[in-house]
Amino acid sequence: MKMNEPLSFEKSRPNAHAPRLPEAEVAAPEPASVLPRELLRSRPPTLPRLSEPEVMRHYSKLASMNYSISEQFYPLGSCTMKYNPVANEAAAALPGFTALHPYQDEDTVQGALELMWRLEQALCAVAGVDRVTLQPAAGAHGEWTALRMIQAYHRSRGEARTEVLVPDSAHGTNPASAALSGFQVVEVASAPDGRISLADLESKLSSRVAALMLTNPNTLGLFERDILDIAELVHNTGAKLYYDGANLNAFMGVCRPGDMGFDAVHMNLHKTFTTPHGGGGPGAGPVGVKAELVPFLPTPTVERLNGHLKLDFKRPQSIGRVRSFYGNFGMLVRAYTYIVAMGGDGLTQASLDAVLSANYLRKRVEGQLDLPHEGPCMHEFVASAHNLAPNGIKALDVAKGLLERDFYAPTIYFPLVVPEAIMVEPTETESKATLDAFADAIKEIVKQAREEPEKLHQEPHSLPVGRLDEVATARRINAYLQGQSDDPILRWKPVPDQAC
Amino acid sequence: MPYLVHSPDERAEMLGAIGVDSMDGLLVDIPKTLRIPRLELPDGLSEFETMAQVASLAAKNTVFPDRLTFRGGGVYRRFIPAAVAAVTGKPEFYTAYTPYQPEASQGTLQAIYEFQTLIAELTALDVANASLYDGATAVAEAAMMAAVHTGRKEVLVSGYVHPEYVEVLRAFGDGRGIKVRKGNEPTSKTAAVVFQQPDFLGLVVDAPAATKRAHEAGALAIACVDPISLALLAPPGEYGADIAVGEGQQLGLTPSYGGPHVGFIACRKELVRRLPGRLIGTAHDAAGRRGFVLTLTAREQHIRREKATSNICTNHSLCALAASVYMTYMGAEGMRQVAEVSFKRAHALAERLAAIPGWELAFPERQFLNEFPIRVPKAAVVNRKLARKGILGGLDVHRWFRELKGVLTFTCTEVNDPRALDELVETVSA
Amino acid sequence: MAGRLYTKTHEWLTADGKTVTVGITDFAQAQLGDVVFLELPNPGRRLEAGESFGVVESVKAASDLYSPVPGRISTVNDKLAGKPELINSDPYGDGWILKLELAGELPKDLLDEAAYKRFTESQA
Repeated sequence: MKMNEPLSFEKSRPNAHAPRLPEAEVAAPEPASVLPRELLRSRPPTLPRLSEPEVMRHYSKLASMNYSISEQFYPLGSCTMKYNPVANEAAAALPGFTALHPYQDEDTVQGALELMWRLEQALCAVAGVDRVTLQPAAGAHGEWTALRMIQAYHRSRGEARTEVLVPDSAHGTNPASAALSGFQVVEVASAPDGRISLADLESKLSSRVAALMLTNPNTLGLFERDILDIAELVHNTGAKLYYDGANLNAFMGVCRPGDMGFDAVHMNLHKTFTTPHGGGGPGAGPVGVKAELVPFLPTPTVERLNGHLKLDFKRPQSIGRVRSFYGNFGMLVRAYTYIVAMGGDGLTQASLDAVLSANYLRKRVEGQLDLPHEGPCMHEFVASAHNLAPNGIKALDVAKGLLERDFYAPTIYFPLVVPEAIMVEPTETESKATLDAFADAIKEIVKQAREEPEKLHQEPHSLPVGRLDEVATARRINAYLQGQSDDPILRWKPVPDQAC
Repeated sequence: MPYLVHSPDERAEMLGAIGVDSMDGLLVDIPKTLRIPRLELPDGLSEFETMAQVASLAAKNTVFPDRLTFRGGGVYRRFIPAAVAAVTGKPEFYTAYTPYQPEASQGTLQAIYEFQTLIAELTALDVANASLYDGATAVAEAAMMAAVHTGRKEVLVSGYVHPEYVEVLRAFGDGRGIKVRKGNEPTSKTAAVVFQQPDFLGLVVDAPAATKRAHEAGALAIACVDPISLALLAPPGEYGADIAVGEGQQLGLTPSYGGPHVGFIACRKELVRRLPGRLIGTAHDAAGRRGFVLTLTAREQHIRREKATSNICTNHSLCALAASVYMTYMGAEGMRQVAEVSFKRAHALAERLAAIPGWELAFPERQFLNEFPIRVPKAAVVNRKLARKGILGGLDVHRWFRELKGVLTFTCTEVNDPRALDELVETVSA
Repeated sequence: MAGRLYTKTHEWLTADGKTVTVGITDFAQAQLGDVVFLELPNPGRRLEAGESFGVVESVKAASDLYSPVPGRISTVNDKLAGKPELINSDPYGDGWILKLELAGELPKDLLDEAAYKRFTESQA
């Protein structure tokens, strides 16, 4: 069993060697002799003090306590955990990219601008849109950027539209992004087949509605068959249709959001285009738009004039700047490298294989878990552990049982419209052998759930920790925040006599 | 095709198991009229050809050596220990997802918990979160926290705050009806006073006074700070600021044409429940072993949906990891040394540049750390001359500030050795 | 004291003259799971019937609290700050949330026990 690793702060030794660093070697005053005393730090921060060998071992131990796509199958629904090509990392590490200062003159960064330009063209081709901004740092950031553009579009026409429609099965970021843009969120119900209810949608559309936010295939992995009717209904009221690109991996080269009637489309380079998730970022969430929304793109855009590339900051109707500089450039390099390697033919086959894998795995777990919606699915499917309720087993227990069997767990308890939801997205980079092994693990867990449910409740037991008491954690933090305890729980605290 | 695993035989076998004849049998829900004949992109390439193509783009860029880079403005060249890339390059870190399953994510969770502690210590505030996208969005998120906390709708930007951060702040505020005003005097309508220490030009500001003015008006004080500077300068917690934010690029991250970098945010305990993004806390299992979990998640979008404190779903975990490795490697002593060397070299350079006929410090009465504004006869000519010698000269800040015509800001860090300073001075003097 | 009345947003109330005690139902606490925090208003605030006055949070969910009646808050249960688990262990007793001085009449749309039971069964 892997042992726990103490905190770097706990391993700290007051006499450990500080790293050797250059001396100033110039004649200049000491900071303390120049700066006003009240602006100087009164005592140094309590940072750990460790030698380099200790630092490296500490982080190597921490690394060993993670599951990752490099070692485990990671079937997290809606997260598209596919293989992260190592060539992407090699490309992003080229000094011609890493060493570029964002305020270098345009003449000296033509290669970087060209990469951004070509990536924009490729994303336009995949999504069927006219322009793309590469600035947003993540999917949620892209959603918000798109909604701000839609807001600016309506304002430019003298219309104050205040509502955004969101299906009840939507990602939580959709309503949050809408609220942060100043919109009221109105929920649209799902029909029994898991798709958006056209009747409910019609009843909620009005001249107050700025946009409908939709994921397609939706979070149940089902293609919205009525998408053309939905688009017509939305457009007839003057509203815009927004595409949450979380599930774009389902149909690259098969169909395009732009052709379905979507006016704004965000894409997650860290899902569909293989940039690594990094334990929760950095990602990148470019947004594509149709011509009508182009004037509102954030600044700057990359423009090409007579073979020369430039950044355009003078866009009078722009929503302004959504982050510093030009986006998560290092992630753009990785995604571009992936697209070049795969090509149009490879991306198309990737989507087809993703759909094939999901349907195959769906077939393999049939009879083990509930499948509340009829197939075929697209690139992911939602099962339910509701059938194990009589044994006192929940989706959470199935997830922990998978961890015990060296698989990462699927997304659980989402979408909210399915009880005990288990959302599985296998992706195209997992072999049939892996899918079979996963299906076998599910079978074994279901058997255990029926025969020895109490054992399943105890899992996992071969990981660095067992199930953690999150309730106690939250209660202790709240006790701290309300002044009833000195332990913040959210950080390590120096023991008082070590503090100085 | 690279990265795909199913063989044609396996595809046929899987279709058979599903019970359909072809892929079309699985795509029945897509209306026929929507199907496209092909994706309009060139066919894929071998790895060799791919890398050659990408490398040719990299080769079109001019790389200025670290030691000859004197341009800052929010992104700085610094010594990055090899340990940083060795850790962030571990696939167990960079190919892991958000730590939703804590038992299988203790490495990431503990690393972020350590990051939270490091930032809280550096800023001398109670709690820091797991990180944000960048310095600009960190300022904007802090301002939104203040607006909700005070119920007020105006944010005051005091002094030379990074102009791009202010632009992002405006974009964030605009949708929600929060106005951004520039000035030094908060009123009863002001939710927060935002200042930067040292400011965008590199000048040290009177942060305690700005904090006091904010508090007297019932507003929060938001300090946007340079993390390296905190090895020398009073941290926000010491002078009573409510929220500290900043850009962590200098903590072990390459310039990379502006990103990905990492934003940080820390606050007083009274504001913790309004923090955006992820928080990690300690927890215990049934056997009493300590572990780490995502916590206070009821603030976040996946639970609170439209009532969440922010729409942020991710953080910049891997960049925060780089920052943690950097700070752990350096320690307080190493960071102080880096800050001091940078300070001294910048002061030596400022003195020599100001001695050139026609050159003068733009704010001679003001203190600075390792970046300073200097007025020169012809800014564009100066930088062209430097570029010809392979030197990345000062940042022309007139682009953002009308009143600063002819002003360049130069920065010096531990990577600009004394000989590099000589080369810079000789080139502009010639 | 009259019998307990309920709302469709899962609050309960009892009225003793003009003093109304408010909490959340056993059904609601079971749905939420272990409660870890309550965000509650200060005494003195006036509430309309149906007005949101706070939030109850578990680890996995958060839910707004709505006043079942119009009135002014006279007392807030300060035990909950240190022991939010009272909501789970004793929702109708020590887990009460606040007391209001009723302004006017009890609203007509409150449910009695049987009606609330039917309502929750239709929700399941």
